[in-house]
Amino acid sequence: MITKAMKQGLTLAFVMAFLVGCSSTDTKDSDAEAGANGGVTTGTADSGSLGSADGSEESMEELETIIYFDFDQAVLMPEARALLLAHAEKLRGTDTAVRLEGHADERGSREYNMALGERRANAVRDFLVLQGVSRGNLEVISYGEERPLSLGSGESAWSKNRRVEIDY
Amino acid sequence: MRKLVALVLFCFVSVAHAQLTIEITQGVDNPTRIAVVPMGWSGNEPLPEDISRIVSNNLERSGQFDAVPRTSMLSFPSSEADVFYRDWRVMGTEFLLIGDIQQQAGRYFVTYHLYDILAQRKVISAGKVDGGAAQLRDIAHHISDKVYEKITGIEGAFSTQILYVEAFQNTGTQDNFRLMLSDADGARPRMLLESDEPLLSPTWSPDGRQVAYVSFETTRPAIFVQNLATGEREQVTNFTGLNGAPAFSPDGSALALVLSKDGNPEIYTLDLASRRFTRITNHYAIDTEPSWTSDGKGIVFTSNRGGKPQIYKVTLASGRVERLTFDGEYNARGRVSRDGKTLVMVHQRGGVFHIAAQDLATGTLRILTETNLDESPTIAPNGAMLLYATRFGGKGILAAVSLDAGTKYRLPSKQGDVREPAWSPFF
Repeated sequence: MITKAMKQGLTLAFVMAFLVGCSSTDTKDSDAEAGANGGVTTGTADSGSLGSADGSEESMEELETIIYFDFDQAVLMPEARALLLAHAEKLRGTDTAVRLEGHADERGSREYNMALGERRANAVRDFLVLQGVSRGNLEVISYGEERPLSLGSGESAWSKNRRVEIDY
Repeated sequence: MRKLVALVLFCFVSVAHAQLTIEITQGVDNPTRIAVVPMGWSGNEPLPEDISRIVSNNLERSGQFDAVPRTSMLSFPSSEADVFYRDWRVMGTEFLLIGDIQQQAGRYFVTYHLYDILAQRKVISAGKVDGGAAQLRDIAHHISDKVYEKITGIEGAFSTQILYVEAFQNTGTQDNFRLMLSDADGARPRMLLESDEPLLSPTWSPDGRQVAYVSFETTRPAIFVQNLATGEREQVTNFTGLNGAPAFSPDGSALALVLSKDGNPEIYTLDLASRRFTRITNHYAIDTEPSWTSDGKGIVFTSNRGGKPQIYKVTLASGRVERLTFDGEYNARGRVSRDGKTLVMVHQRGGVFHIAAQDLATGTLRILTETNLDESPTIAPNGAMLLYATRFGGKGILAAVSLDAGTKYRLPSKQGDVREPAWSPFF
């Protein structure tokens, strides 16, 4: 499992790798590697990526990587648009592969939620593409309600689970 | 006397065991009172399974029977000569089941008799069944089926099995998903597949020899078909996007499934011989959760083409789509009963998710369960009960309800979160 801290670390690592990567082909390789590791979601690969953030002195604004949705909805909320614009800014013109993981809360039927999760991830993808991000770099996958972020029942857990995770 | 003490002790142990395996929460108003007498057994070793106890538990779980407690029985007859109708009639017993177990070369031979106490006649005379030591439960289920059918006129489904998914998900540890197979009463669980990645939507082939399910083991969803006897498995879909909700056609020749390879979740059929895919639905909305009608001529599915999820039916020959559900804002994952009369589904009312049944002729919808977060209804092959997944005590569990909502029970509490039951066909 990827913990949230690891994810944030990974995001930070990517942002830095990206910035450095603009001037150096060497770091661009490690950038691509971090992206690929994020895709397969293996714990060891992620901790490897964490280390690459060390030693950098620049302080970067950390981008939230989770977009939330309303129940049975795949429409982007206004706050999601602002966040996605920032992601689009980062991704535009790069060849960074990103995996968009759609999820749903536990209510309702499982396969419908699987489709709903895909709808949500598609909504994020389509927004990023409209902002100039290369569609070929965006992979969509839905986990439906199978991988909740919060394990409880009730609106506080459900609202955290209706989401798309942007996995660099 | 020593035999009696041993019997009483055996009863006590069995009762304690019974409490772990079955929890009836509601039965019918006037259940048939049946006495299932401990079967005669002259072996030196106690039997590894208490056949009579399993039979009596099975019958009680149907909700249609009330078993006479062993402690109330005046005698334990195991042959006709010891049966006195009067003794049983005074206790209000309507039916009496007795039997005798013999062992020969490691095999158990059971002979049983069923009496109608009020009519004072034998209704099953010298029924016989035999099997090895590992089949004592199968023997008990077989006898249960015969007794149930004789008294109710409905084919018994105690010898059937269920598939389900067991999930272990805890913060900070690797997820673990297991595809499980057990007897219909939850006993004898066996693991068919284990994965760190999600497993879902298990379903049976109509001959009960194969199962299909969705596995994320390749890091993407894919549909697999697995042979139960050999364990051999085959990945049958590998498309971009959703690969989900497999359902065997009634003749076993095709799978209905969901693919979103063209950008949108649509229902397809896969001919298993030619491996040809045929697209069935064509709509920009979500179309998912296909399930065949029993004649194989139509597929019911969930679609939000009207804005909210509702259940629709497509006729395969014409491609004509009609909406089946109109009551409520969320109706999903429909399953049609084998007689084609009833549609069961996940139904939301007042923010709560129940299992509901709709009479397809009249359109009348009845809510069957009063719990919350109920999902994945699956109907027994005899149409008497359905199993579904719900939450109880903070855990995912399986529960059952009769299609008339008169009988309810919970399956034994298991480890992890248990969900997505799929009731087998008759074998």
